[in-house]
Amino acid sequence: MHPALSIIVFTTLSGLGYGLATALGTGLLDPAATATKAAHLLALALIAAGLMSSTLHLGNPQRAWRAFSQWRSSWLSREGVMAVLTFLPLAASAFLAIFESRYEPALGLAGAALSLVTVYCTAMIYASLKSVQTWHTPLTPLCYLLFALAGGFSLSTFFAAMGGGNLLLSSGLAAFFVCLAWIAKLVWRNRMNTLRPISTPETATGLGFIGKVRLFERPHINDNYLTNEMGFRVARKHAVKLAALSFGLGGIVPVALLLGLLALGAAHPAVAVGVALLAVLSHITGMLVERWLFFAEARHAVMNYYGG
Amino acid sequence: MTSLPATAPAKKLGLVIDLDVCVGCHACVISCKEWNTGGYGAALSDQDPYGAEVSGTFLNRVHSFEVIPEGGEIVGEAGEARIVHFPKSCLHCDDAPCVTVCPTGASYKRTEDGIVLVDEDMCIGCGLCAWACPYGAREMDLAAGVMKKCTLCVDRIYNETIQEIDRVPSCVRTCPANARHYGDLADPQSEVSLMVAARGGIDLMPEQGTRPVNKYLPPRPRQVLGAGSEQALLAENTDGATGFFAWLDGVLERI
Repeated sequence: MHPALSIIVFTTLSGLGYGLATALGTGLLDPAATATKAAHLLALALIAAGLMSSTLHLGNPQRAWRAFSQWRSSWLSREGVMAVLTFLPLAASAFLAIFESRYEPALGLAGAALSLVTVYCTAMIYASLKSVQTWHTPLTPLCYLLFALAGGFSLSTFFAAMGGGNLLLSSGLAAFFVCLAWIAKLVWRNRMNTLRPISTPETATGLGFIGKVRLFERPHINDNYLTNEMGFRVARKHAVKLAALSFGLGGIVPVALLLGLLALGAAHPAVAVGVALLAVLSHITGMLVERWLFFAEARHAVMNYYGG
Repeated sequence: MTSLPATAPAKKLGLVIDLDVCVGCHACVISCKEWNTGGYGAALSDQDPYGAEVSGTFLNRVHSFEVIPEGGEIVGEAGEARIVHFPKSCLHCDDAPCVTVCPTGASYKRTEDGIVLVDEDMCIGCGLCAWACPYGAREMDLAAGVMKKCTLCVDRIYNETIQEIDRVPSCVRTCPANARHYGDLADPQSEVSLMVAARGGIDLMPEQGTRPVNKYLPPRPRQVLGAGSEQALLAENTDGATGFFAWLDGVLERI
């Protein structure tokens, strides 16, 4: 599948934003601290930037409002509806923290739960597609949810170090979720690598009863919308290296830094801020590579008709 | 509404494509583009039409496959090795995944005849339906920013302003080999249903669970290369010749 930059940025940023909103919703950080107020703003900004970015790939974005109508059948529509619903408690929590230095548990937990539901809807857009077998597994939403939590708690660790408090708990939880997310992702990758395609050129053409089916000639010489959109293959050449890179930057480095924070304790606040920031930046870079691979490595059933 | 019809459509209009007959001339591709660029919805645009990187929106395309049986690559050697031309357009599936994923309600399946259509005024061009379709039946028009697909020439088949003989999809009307057939596949006595029953018509990618309406008729068994060999030997043999030919045979033998 073609890894569109807008979708990669959208899923990464909104995942981070919803993850941070979840961490804030648990009341982990001191609502009176300036750092916590900034964290609330950043969560909303990340979510908003992600959603804006997702409209960039639309052919007719002026009609995007129509996407709220088909929540009965469409995960994309559900995601849109949930994003709006989630915004209400998140904005209210942010208002309380920023202007009244207050944390309201019911509101916070509702925002956290809705944030995770929204991430789940995003993941289900991909997981519901039977035509892309790599994505068509409950492991896909599991990875999305765990990565959102991993990124969110890493970010909250940074804000904790900035003065939001609860640095040890936050970095411990962040390290825990980063580990869990990568375990899920490695199981997901293992499934992908050992997958037996359910659709083949033989089933796609119905000619398997004669023998082995091989594309002789495409319908046209050049690429078309389908081969551009579904036939992306550049990544496969470097897939192993890129996967290792995303695992290192998105998993090993942040976990090492977060565990370092645990060992460091609250002794050196300035060092803690730097270490937490490094962990966050490394994780985000790793996640961008991971999301890129998520699309680039996925094979669409239509490629059975295009020899890919 | 992007939920599928609750009850099965009374009619299931669709195509039956005979892979034994298609010669791969692409006439259906061209007539489809010609009719549909001026018909239902936005025109079918081309990008860089006179340049090196020409591409464009098509609702029907013809692929060609080679099928090699176990035991030999040379045509005739193992009996069945062959090239099969393979026209492909929307299959108007009963369980159309492209319909249910649509976030806006632009993509829908008609309850009266089962045709899957896009209401282009509601389409936001997100492309998710094209992702959901395992057959590659949907292509985004890059100029209009909306999703295009086969309409089964819905603006021909019910069109009383054109002659009755023309009230079939453009690809069916134009096929010079008569490889394409159109009709109601819900009616077991329709011409297309009888054809499917007689020839063992098949679904493409049944494992995807889409239950396509369109059917493909598989190629008939091929005659093996040696089957006509006795005929070839007769040309060397004048044993049965009588009359003038027997005299001529004798004369030529003596020269």
